[in-house]
Amino acid sequence: MFRNNYDNDSVTFSPQGRIFQVEYALEAIKQGSAAVGLVSKTHAVLVALKRNAEELGSYQKKIIGIDSHLGIALAGLAPDARVLSNFMRSQSMSSRLLYNRPIPVSRVVNAIADKAQVNTQHYGRRPYGVGLLVAGVDETGPHLWEFQPSGMVLEYRGTAIGARSQSARTYLERNFESFENASKEELVLHGLKALRDSLAQDKELTTLNVSLAVVGIGKNFKLYDGDEVAEWLEKLGDTTSSRGGGARPSAADAPAGGAPVTTGDTEAGAMDTSE
Amino acid sequence: MNHFPEAWGRPRDDVYGSYDRSVFGHDAAGPTQHTQQPIVTGTSVVALKFKDGVVIAADNLASYGSLARFNDVERLRQVGTHTIVGASGDVSDMQFLYEKQLENLIIAEDYQEDGHGLRAKHIYSYLSRVMYHRRSKMDPLWNVLLVAGWDDGKPFLASADLLGTTFSSPALASGFGAHLAVPLLRRIAPDEASVANITREQAIKTIEECMKVLFYRDARSMNKYTMAIVTGKEGTNDEPDIEIQKDVSLKQQSWKFAEKIRGYGAQTV
Repeated sequence: MFRNNYDNDSVTFSPQGRIFQVEYALEAIKQGSAAVGLVSKTHAVLVALKRNAEELGSYQKKIIGIDSHLGIALAGLAPDARVLSNFMRSQSMSSRLLYNRPIPVSRVVNAIADKAQVNTQHYGRRPYGVGLLVAGVDETGPHLWEFQPSGMVLEYRGTAIGARSQSARTYLERNFESFENASKEELVLHGLKALRDSLAQDKELTTLNVSLAVVGIGKNFKLYDGDEVAEWLEKLGDTTSSRGGGARPSAADAPAGGAPVTTGDTEAGAMDTSE
Repeated sequence: MNHFPEAWGRPRDDVYGSYDRSVFGHDAAGPTQHTQQPIVTGTSVVALKFKDGVVIAADNLASYGSLARFNDVERLRQVGTHTIVGASGDVSDMQFLYEKQLENLIIAEDYQEDGHGLRAKHIYSYLSRVMYHRRSKMDPLWNVLLVAGWDDGKPFLASADLLGTTFSSPALASGFGAHLAVPLLRRIAPDEASVANITREQAIKTIEECMKVLFYRDARSMNKYTMAIVTGKEGTNDEPDIEIQKDVSLKQQSWKFAEKIRGYGAQTV
């Protein structure tokens, strides 16, 4: 029944020095649909692919606004993300109330990192089963952070989490040099193109399955959902993956740039009800 | 019948025995009593904005009633890199704020080491919250605080008091200074727009003049004071230059006016 004897709780190391419960939590992120984040000198953008559990059901929310200068995109267990986002909202609120200051992005990210780390060190607890991309603006400019249930947080110029997100990261790695001076429009389109690359065959970006958020210096966090996404998809044009497959006949194209498709893709399309 | 009204309605000692003070636990003195009045007090704090910053001053006296009890009390304190706080009112409450609250706040903030230090408006917001919280517990910190500093690329000056009242102005003074110094300060700083025309030298001279008038007229003041001058770089939140002058003595005093005062003292006419 058990894969091994060392994954019953999150406080026991395996002889190889691993904590399996934490690694399983990291797997839970990969079960969730993809979310992409990227930053320029002036803006931070989140783009995410929404899923509906069944044809007649609604789509799961992927992007949550925290404050007027801050928001998150999630991949993994949505209820865990709600717990974290509620916590971030209260931290954000108390910063404004007590100090009259929008909370610095790194502070709120470190606050959830500390919360997540505690879960990996107490018997009877479990790690959060969700990864987050935190995008926000503070006095030091726009920022993008990735949060993992292990308690690790890293700052990025662009990254992606969730199912098939390696393809999105590959796109970002190829294009990140143009992010810094990109306009808001260019940055969003880069985000959509990265997300597009993470699509499974015969899937495409639609107003139903795309969520998108932008925050800039002096510009409030703005979430585009449903019909509001249409204008962006129009600017994008082709809504299917350029990595081959999909509706386009250019299926024979090598994966962009000829790089071997790596791990992230392999658990793609996994059947899951995690979101 | 007991003719003392304070005993009416209370259990009679001869019937029920005397009140059992052990209910207060180890502190048999009685229930917790909150501050009813300030004890050792500091008098006015005066402050004025100028084009590139703020000048703030407070004398070094701590009075015990009308007794000039301590003459070496520092009532201005630098908090973080952008802020000077000045306190009048109860000196022990001031020490609690400075040495417990603000000291720990800055230590905790500095530990973050992320370049997001608290500036003047943040310190001010925090202090006004603490003041309002304490008054809501019916246990106020008996002070009027002036917060001077540099924020959002311009001078910052605002006041918070024991009731949690908050307001700001280009010229502020607490205590007696609110009556005696503010009219003098408003001659050169009637409104926010006039601040742009006030030079650093002018501001310092005006504050010095106010300290002198206050020493003439305020019987709880002394002739030695501390003055702090915050000078920032316009349009930036770069760390401002903060110059703190301690043990400044009043210059060019003239008591001639005193001869003309009638109505009290040892006069025979």
